[in-house]
Amino acid sequence: MGVEIQRAGVSPDSLKNLTDSEDSGHLLEGSVILTKLESIVNWSRKYSFFLYPFVTACCGMEFMSVAGPKYDLDRFGAALPRFSPRQADLLMVVGTISHKQAPILVKVYNQMTEPKWVFAFGVCAVSGGFYDNYATVQGIDTLIPVDVYVPGCPPRPEMVIDGLLKLQEKVAKEKWSDWPKGASPVSKC
Amino acid sequence: MLADMIESIAKILFIFGMNIGFFAPVLGWVERKQSAVMQDRIGANRADIFGFTVIGLFHSIADAIKVLTKEDFIPTGANKFFHTAAPFISLVPAIVTFCVIPFGGRYTLFGHDVNLVISDLDVGLLFIFAFSSLATYGAVLGGWSSNNNWSLIGGLRASAQMLSYEVAMGLTIIGVLMVYGSLKLTEIGVMQENFFRWGIFMQPLGFVLFLTCAIAENKRAPFDVPEAESEIVAGYFTEYSGMKFVMFWMGEFLEIVTISGIVTTLFFGAWHLPFITDQMLLSFFQFAGSNGASILAMLVNIATFFIKVIFFIWMQMTIRWTLPRFRYDQVMKLCWKMILPLSLINIFITGLVFLR
Repeated sequence: MGVEIQRAGVSPDSLKNLTDSEDSGHLLEGSVILTKLESIVNWSRKYSFFLYPFVTACCGMEFMSVAGPKYDLDRFGAALPRFSPRQADLLMVVGTISHKQAPILVKVYNQMTEPKWVFAFGVCAVSGGFYDNYATVQGIDTLIPVDVYVPGCPPRPEMVIDGLLKLQEKVAKEKWSDWPKGASPVSKC
Repeated sequence: MLADMIESIAKILFIFGMNIGFFAPVLGWVERKQSAVMQDRIGANRADIFGFTVIGLFHSIADAIKVLTKEDFIPTGANKFFHTAAPFISLVPAIVTFCVIPFGGRYTLFGHDVNLVISDLDVGLLFIFAFSSLATYGAVLGGWSSNNNWSLIGGLRASAQMLSYEVAMGLTIIGVLMVYGSLKLTEIGVMQENFFRWGIFMQPLGFVLFLTCAIAENKRAPFDVPEAESEIVAGYFTEYSGMKFVMFWMGEFLEIVTISGIVTTLFFGAWHLPFITDQMLLSFFQFAGSNGASILAMLVNIATFFIKVIFFIWMQMTIRWTLPRFRYDQVMKLCWKMILPLSLINIFITGLVFLR
């Protein structure tokens, strides 16, 4: 049983290991051209969310209100609902997810093409809410990665818009190296 | 020879730039903003470059860059070749059909005869029909090659709808052909120099029927049963992501422009202003010399043509955001039981009037 000690400093081998490893994207940071490209792509992504409304419960009414004329999600570029997950960017999980519903949610998430984000809309999606029982998933982050949590029963439209703006900030800060590579992190359910 | 080549390349670049560079992105913005205005909303206005938002015009750019950087997806079991080819097949006819539509008259410029149409075909109208029916293959192949039931249903609906409306559209045009006696779009345009010979006065019924058929052929609301979101997810492009999906859309938008161009040429006096002939324009601009007069008259022609086209684009957008979707059997009934008999009656009446 021996312990291999990596010597500090640049040797051809260590450089090769660095470029071959999965984090090789980090090498690209700091390059001016790439950061500019990154910021342009992030700018376009944050103003062009195509929603997939996964509406299962009463929060759907609130979603309709926030997408409707009074609060108007279209102002932020997040207007177009695509009911095919292939074309959607933002999975809006609106409402209670029961254990019967969970496989469907994971399937829809897996069907979405990269880049994709998840928006937990309402306290049931965030943590199960007051449905602290055998039938309800205790927060969708036990199933799929979540980007923005908006609690509330139901959340006010202002909160949803605030959540969307927070998500836009998050998208604007994304790094090339953060972008997913390879297979989907969520396996089949 | 060289002058001919320069002339054709300039015209091709102009039409191509107008379609891809101007109409395709701007129509995306127009659709968003017009729907917002009609629904009492504000609409997209947040995307900014250095603090300028230009009333939301940059959202089109954001959408374009986003779809270009989105994952390109081909489902397992799909036919890769046809799955990739389908968006191109539906986009190309929409661009190509514009090459026989005249956007101005015939002028002499520096001793060279300039005809403001890319290709002045004798069978221009048949060419348009031939190519617009090719767009059917895009929808059908896209639906069939995706290996998805919803896509297949969407593709079948698209094929049935587009083939049916093609028949009706062909018959609605025959009235126009009888009036002008030509398939050549430039000749039809020249004959509408007299305001009272415009197609809308000669063929009012033909105009309404043709516009209906053309919108149905374009598969937009109220005829968007092939992609009915409430019934079959997203229809024939359910399995398309990113740029390929947007290519179907761009094809749709460009087809709006083409339809507006055809309607303008056949029914609304092509490039002519009411009561003003090309000769009058030339003599009015005589102060700029003979070449300058030709250039100015051309510019007036082109501006007139595109203002008419933009009007019809606006009209189609309004129709799209006003009417709800037809049920599938209603679409078919409208075609075979109403438009087809009406267009036959139109041909009959036109024949009687022009029998002499």
